[in-house]
Amino acid sequence: MADYKMHLLVCGGTGCKAAQSELIKTNFQNQLAERGLENEIQVIHTGCFGFCEQGPIVKIQPDNTFYVSVSPDDTLEIIDEHVVKGRIVERLLYTDPNTKSQISESKNMDFYKKQVRIALRNCGFINPENIEEYIGNDGYSALGKCLDELSPEEAIKIIMDSGLRGRGGGGFPTGLKWDITRKVENEQKYVVCNADEGDPGAFMDRSILEGDPHTVIEAMAICGFCIGADKGLVYIRAEYPLAIQRLKTALKQAREFGLLGENILGSGFSFDIEIRYGAGAFVCGEETALIHSMEGKRGEPTFKPPFPSQEGYLGKPTNVNNVETFANIPPIINKGAAWFSTIGTEKSKGTKVFALAGKINNVGLIEVPMGTTLREVIYDIGGGIKNGRQFKSVQTGGPSGGCLTKDFLDTPIDYDNLLAAGSMMGSGGMIVMDEDDCMVSIAKFYLEFTLEESCGKCTPCRIGNKRLHEILEKITNGNGTPEDLTKLRMLSHVIKDTSLCGLGQTSPNPVLSTLDNFMDEYEAHVKEGKCPAGQCKALLQYVIDDEQCTGCTLCFRICPVGAISGEKRSPHYIDQALCIKCGACFEKCKFNAIKIA
Amino acid sequence: MNKIKSLADLKKLKEEVQSKIKLREKGDNPDNLIQIKVSMATCGIASGAKDTMNYFIEELDHQGIDALITQTGCMGFCYAEPTIELTMPGKQPVIYGYVDKAKAQEIIDKHIKLNELVDGIIPVSYKTIDE
Repeated sequence: MADYKMHLLVCGGTGCKAAQSELIKTNFQNQLAERGLENEIQVIHTGCFGFCEQGPIVKIQPDNTFYVSVSPDDTLEIIDEHVVKGRIVERLLYTDPNTKSQISESKNMDFYKKQVRIALRNCGFINPENIEEYIGNDGYSALGKCLDELSPEEAIKIIMDSGLRGRGGGGFPTGLKWDITRKVENEQKYVVCNADEGDPGAFMDRSILEGDPHTVIEAMAICGFCIGADKGLVYIRAEYPLAIQRLKTALKQAREFGLLGENILGSGFSFDIEIRYGAGAFVCGEETALIHSMEGKRGEPTFKPPFPSQEGYLGKPTNVNNVETFANIPPIINKGAAWFSTIGTEKSKGTKVFALAGKINNVGLIEVPMGTTLREVIYDIGGGIKNGRQFKSVQTGGPSGGCLTKDFLDTPIDYDNLLAAGSMMGSGGMIVMDEDDCMVSIAKFYLEFTLEESCGKCTPCRIGNKRLHEILEKITNGNGTPEDLTKLRMLSHVIKDTSLCGLGQTSPNPVLSTLDNFMDEYEAHVKEGKCPAGQCKALLQYVIDDEQCTGCTLCFRICPVGAISGEKRSPHYIDQALCIKCGACFEKCKFNAIKIA
Repeated sequence: MNKIKSLADLKKLKEEVQSKIKLREKGDNPDNLIQIKVSMATCGIASGAKDTMNYFIEELDHQGIDALITQTGCMGFCYAEPTIELTMPGKQPVIYGYVDKAKAQEIIDKHIKLNELVDGIIPVSYKTIDE
């Protein structure tokens, strides 16, 4: 084994790969080889660092230097300056947006300061395609501990005492779920990993599988040992090719090392894992639908009970957990329940991974202790709102969640607080909106998603959501009436109360929470015929400001319907009866003479 | 690859492969470690700083002493290359000049192991903006 003196960690997550991190890696390797340094400096492709906004990321160790937005053209400079001469390439360092100073160490960045990385501990640290690096960082020692020192009951007790709750959205206590499945008697049981991540904007499960696949394999084996199953299945969407490839590599290595298969570590315990592909249907994240899909049936949910713990895959007791939940298991076994339960709030222990998206400066993947406030996440870690705009709302919990206003900014985030605030934890997507976002349109957007994803089994969900969408469409087109608002609320409650599965029961949530928190915007639409955010085109009027119009005739020439008239070098005029509100004149005007009224 | 057949095997393998990622762990937590920075600008490299750095890495590893050895840019003591900056945990950094292999050995034996200063310290008369 070559004795490397320096490690160049290049992010190999999907985001950075799309920004040519593969080429950055090969450039490094070629340029190092040209200088005869290939045996001294190691180049490693890691999982996601989380700071996707600033990708591609290159981290140099042991110097602890964190380069951001690296392009393939920058590699030569990094090699010649940093690697050979020890001089930091300052132009590639992260610049703190507030102090304008450059920061070379990631732990000094606001983005990382408040993070506690348990589930993401290996992402951006190890090479996900090398099992030895995982083992070197305590990998498989939790499985070893279970097989060697603990009984299944003892291991389950550790998970129960830790207070870990399901990270897929429901928040059911994980230890209790394992215990229930353990107590059901059957000669065949299954462990299922739910990697069907469906919330728009959430990508933590993908990142964990891409950056640290072995942690999921290890945790599934531990679960198998605890509940008495010898077979595991990962249900993953086929839309995640990189995660699938890395998981396959990891499974192959684990088998070669004897960490999967017969008689693991000489304990007599046998376990193996297969992959099942999903076609990317949102409803298949619901555990009964997921199980039906794995059985080759339609991905439709069925009534619970019986719970999967009693009758699941092929009618056998099945324990279904989410990827992030599994990623927490090995550290809990290694460090103990007491350690884990010191992190977080009274009823929500540990950390949660959030995917920050929307109008926020630092888009990316973060992991914070439960109980961190929304303000800390959005302003300290997320770096605040883009372009200095005002915060309006944050949407949590995906299409099943709700929109929270600035009144909730100081709410500590945990399962119960988010529910009380009218939203939910969900899988951890967080979409930030500013004053330019119209909340009626946002509700419509989420409803469009559930409309497409509804499996069609229950009438309230299939038809009710369609009607809800039509009412919202009517409002954004400027034809809404005050009665529509009452109808929206009533219909939402009917859908919630009469749908079978979580998808239908939660699909009106974006509508209800925007009705609760942003009633004034709905009223502006239906009573005054105005969209306060200026998003609903049908409610806008484009007018030309006489004082600023120079009569350049550009708008006259660009207007597709001939609604603009006027003489050269004198102010123009828009005929509102003809205007189709396409906005072409607004975008083209060089003098800011066209206003939205 | 031979299969891992017991927990003892797994632990043994872990010891063997830990070194692969140790460098990264060290870099993340530098404060509690002995830190050696080797000045590796053009003049340093020409005077043999690379050999000095390699010697530190190999010798400390051989003796089982945990240290973070990094290269840095020109320290300005071009007359006294190779120069190194040695920081013991919780102590002020000390700069040594003319560090060849023999000097490096002396620094390891006396300063690092026994905490006794060795001849050849360059008094530092400047301040950095970090202070």
